[in-house]
Amino acid sequence: MTSGPFKLALVVTVVALLALAPADLTGFDIPWPGLKRYGTYILTLWLVTAIAAMGVNLIVGYAGQETLAQAAFLGVGAYTTALMTKAGIPFGVAFLVAGAAAFIIGIVLGFPALRVQKHYLAFVTLAFTVFVWLLFRNEEWLTGGVSGISGIPRPSLFGQSLRLALHYYWFTLAVAMLLTAAMWWLLRSPWGRAFTALRENAIRAESLGVDVRTYTLLAFAIGSAYGGFAGALYAPLVQFIDPAPFALGPSLLFLLMIVVGGAGSFVGPFIGAAVAVLLPEWLRFAEGYYLIIYAVLVMTMMAFCPSGIVGLAQRLTVVRRRPQQQPVAKPAVLEEAKP
Amino acid sequence: MMDFFQLVIAGLATGAIYALAAIGFTLLWQTSQTINFAQGEFVMLPAFFALAGMTWFGLPFWLAALLAIALSIIVLGLAFKTIIVDPLIRQGVLPLVISTIALATFLKEGVKDVYSAEAQPFPTILPDTVISLFGAKTSLAQIGVLAIAFAAIFALSWFLAHTRMGRQMQAAAQNPTVARILGVDVERMILYTFLINAALAALASLLISPGYLAKFTNGETLGLAAFVAAIVGGFNQVRGAIVGGLVVGVIDNLAAAYVSTAYRQAVPLFLLVAIILLRPQGLVGRREERAV
Repeated sequence: MTSGPFKLALVVTVVALLALAPADLTGFDIPWPGLKRYGTYILTLWLVTAIAAMGVNLIVGYAGQETLAQAAFLGVGAYTTALMTKAGIPFGVAFLVAGAAAFIIGIVLGFPALRVQKHYLAFVTLAFTVFVWLLFRNEEWLTGGVSGISGIPRPSLFGQSLRLALHYYWFTLAVAMLLTAAMWWLLRSPWGRAFTALRENAIRAESLGVDVRTYTLLAFAIGSAYGGFAGALYAPLVQFIDPAPFALGPSLLFLLMIVVGGAGSFVGPFIGAAVAVLLPEWLRFAEGYYLIIYAVLVMTMMAFCPSGIVGLAQRLTVVRRRPQQQPVAKPAVLEEAKP
Repeated sequence: MMDFFQLVIAGLATGAIYALAAIGFTLLWQTSQTINFAQGEFVMLPAFFALAGMTWFGLPFWLAALLAIALSIIVLGLAFKTIIVDPLIRQGVLPLVISTIALATFLKEGVKDVYSAEAQPFPTILPDTVISLFGAKTSLAQIGVLAIAFAAIFALSWFLAHTRMGRQMQAAAQNPTVARILGVDVERMILYTFLINAALAALASLLISPGYLAKFTNGETLGLAAFVAAIVGGFNQVRGAIVGGLVVGVIDNLAAAYVSTAYRQAVPLFLLVAIILLRPQGLVGRREERAV
């Protein structure tokens, strides 16, 4: 809808604002004291969540599959990183191993599941999530069981420790930008366009020579690897991990997140993750009721706007623009109407 | 050997309850392509209806149980279909899946906030007296669960196969277009499957809660069991759900005794993956022939 240079400028502005948001700018004559430690933590958590949600978006929004295992992959990444960095292995290596482990597990799980019908990946990932959670909880010699692993070190970059919340935030932001750029490139490459073809019409894509099974499998594995990467960033952020955040419930929340944001839209995961991370903070006054409120919001949204917040925003802007530029707006409406 | 026999009986009793939940699950899938991720919560909730009836209104257990079944049919059958499923059914499978996931959270948190977060003791239908059956020790309550669950399953099978309405329901599930041409009121039949699902879930709830204690998180394990049972047996067959439920119940119980209590939950999952690998249509299911 917007032109290329404008889009680029928008992206640069957003990244710059994100980078500066938690920093204390009063030294530069700007009346912005920056976010407190907790605010910075929440922003970092949002970035980590958004990375994992991007992976889910690739699987659900682009490849048209359902994954119920993203929190489990997050767990794989987090435990891998925690164990490796505590053993003295550099964070960079642990980060790559976390992603690779999630990718390989993705291939192993997806290969049999995608042989059969559409919903079987959902079933297999469901089983995997429960199994991994049991592993985390029961293998105390490795994972510490329910008492978890504590004292996970923050990484250091060029000899500079990232122990400060702000420094770790900047580091996470840089990694998130890299992963976002990679995802952008992936989806724009000829290889990535096959994903879109798949989602729009799998049978037509197949008849045009797209190997549906291989592409879906790779989408699932890459999406899962994003979960692994997110986990690798999550462990040093919270510095203490236990099995609870990697159970089935959180995996379902990831699925809700991208649908709330807008499945198959590039910015959808960021919005969905923001809602999922910030809503509990905003609804703090509602205490235990926030999950109920969230559930009702999701159900209402599905009933009235199944294309998520992004779809809602697009629908509103398209409606407003229609009087001026009907010939431009019309094809856009057709395109967005597709599921 | 006697231990083994005892475990199998106990497993069959749990399995029969799983089967009740799994049958409803497959019925919804067959007639309206609804994958109900809140099925576990559907089995968790009715016990709390009964508890509320007993503690808040002082009803006797039998009346509270009937009230629970009636309320379930209205809330989990009628209201679920008209408020959640109907507006979403045309939007494709994913929005509906998401909505049922949200519904599961809603029901779980609702019970926690409205009733209690603590596990509640729940009365058994038959007393817990230990009896001996062919030398194996079992309880009257367990036999009662088996008898009631099987009675319900047989009644349902008979209804589906031998009554006019049951056959209409099957026709609506197998081929809605042709069924409609032949004069079957397909919409009404779909509504009936939702009501039956709710009634079965309520029955399962009343049968499982004495042993498990009624707790708001019960739906997680029960939903998973019903899910696995439905797929293991065959997603498109009512008898598949029965076989699947019994198999999962027995294996679950044997695994807890012979494999490890820590990983008992994982054993049915391995079964699930094995079935998907080797026999994706399920133990007794038939292959789904899908037109493009």
